[in-house]
Amino acid sequence: MSTVVHRDLADELRLIGSYDAEACMNCGVCTAVCPLEIALLPRRLFRYVELGLADRVRDESETVFSCLLCRACEESCPAEVHITENVRVLRHWLLEGSH
Amino acid sequence: MPLPTRDVIGILTDNLRLRGSVLPIPARRATRWARELDLPRGGETVLYTGMMYQLIPYIERLVRLEQRLGDSPLARFSGVARRVNRFVNGAALIARPSAGERAEYDRVPTNVAKLLQQAGVEFGYLYEDDLYSGALAHDLGADAVVATHAQRVARSFREHGVKEVITIDPHTTTMLRTVYPTLVDDYDVRVRSYLEVLAERAVPAQTQLSGTVVLHDSCVYARYENVVSEPRDLLATTGLTVVEPTHAGKLTWCCGGPAEALYPDKAAAVASRRVEQLGAAAHDCVTMCPICLVNLRKSAGETVRFRDISEYLVEAGGDHAKRSQI
Ligand code: SF4
Ligand code: SF4
Repeated sequence: MSTVVHRDLADELRLIGSYDAEACMNCGVCTAVCPLEIALLPRRLFRYVELGLADRVRDESETVFSCLLCRACEESCPAEVHITENVRVLRHWLLEGSH
Repeated sequence: MPLPTRDVIGILTDNLRLRGSVLPIPARRATRWARELDLPRGGETVLYTGMMYQLIPYIERLVRLEQRLGDSPLARFSGVARRVNRFVNGAALIARPSAGERAEYDRVPTNVAKLLQQAGVEFGYLYEDDLYSGALAHDLGADAVVATHAQRVARSFREHGVKEVITIDPHTTTMLRTVYPTLVDDYDVRVRSYLEVLAERAVPAQTQLSGTVVLHDSCVYARYENVVSEPRDLLATTGLTVVEPTHAGKLTWCCGGPAEALYPDKAAAVASRRVEQLGAAAHDCVTMCPICLVNLRKSAGETVRFRDISEYLVEAGGDHAKRSQI
């Protein structure tokens, strides 16, 4: 399977809203406290964005839309990433983005 | 499998764009409670329900319908349903709850109005301009629709000369207080939840209630809007013994409700974990958000009893005898 790299993906998301996932340190605290135990969000998904792997992000739409926006993760995130706002920006991009 | 995400979101956002609500309910019916209380129209301070409590029975009906449709070949036609929904008030036709289903959720705005009156707060009401805040569309990332809708609500505040808004649920509170200022220029409205307004006034209870309740914090109140101490302070005046569950205050556990419209199975799994946590603390649970109330109650069946905080506050505020006769 070929992977299309969309180099400007993070920039595109920053145009939609305040996307700050690059601050993520990949520590896993968010997954540990998430009521849905979402393993992908936000760590791997954010990495896909930084790497420009737009098709991988699209494949994970269900995860993006199932997040409760409950902020349990954000409350404990040591890097103070605005996880839920990043999720909302990804939703917007998935629904209406220029991809 | 749930209905295709894009079309469900489409139906909801079409309704918001075209009809000012995610689910259309006639304004007259939705504001009947305010006419019964003879609330004055408009004013510098208004009670704003954002229709959240009143919408819950309709959303429940719609979700039940979705669950039935979701497993059937009809799911394929949701795209068609969305196109039809643009012209016909589709959701209203299919999602009509009974009077009994509506009564409890319609009672909460009445409770809040009575509590504010008892605390000596002067306020009016916007009647047909009490519009849904756009919270669900915002959560789903439908930003353009929400921005237009926020302008509409802000315009109505300006036209009515509103300077202060008192909200009754966490989702409307965060939309009007935190999200709208990012979407509307010169938005200068003070927004507070009735829990904050009442806690500040610290009116003593007239009647002491007995019993033990466990408090379920709403994620949005606790983590988005920092409303944590107010419900505790208010319940402390009622005489009830309030116990905390595992995961309380800023560390509260979600009710699962936000996933209900798109992924009901995931919502049910989260709700069931929360019901276990709450049930381990007490049999009676106090909620302060309509989405928490409906989602947790559905999951609990008879194991835990859920009631809105306004019901307890009204009972302790001197309306107990009247309420008990109902
Ligand atoms: S808790 Fe914060 S820093 Fe840690 S993985 Fe999650 S988003 Fe990244
Ligand atoms: S906001 Fe989403 S990712 Fe974070 S804890 Fe809640 S459900 Fe999990």
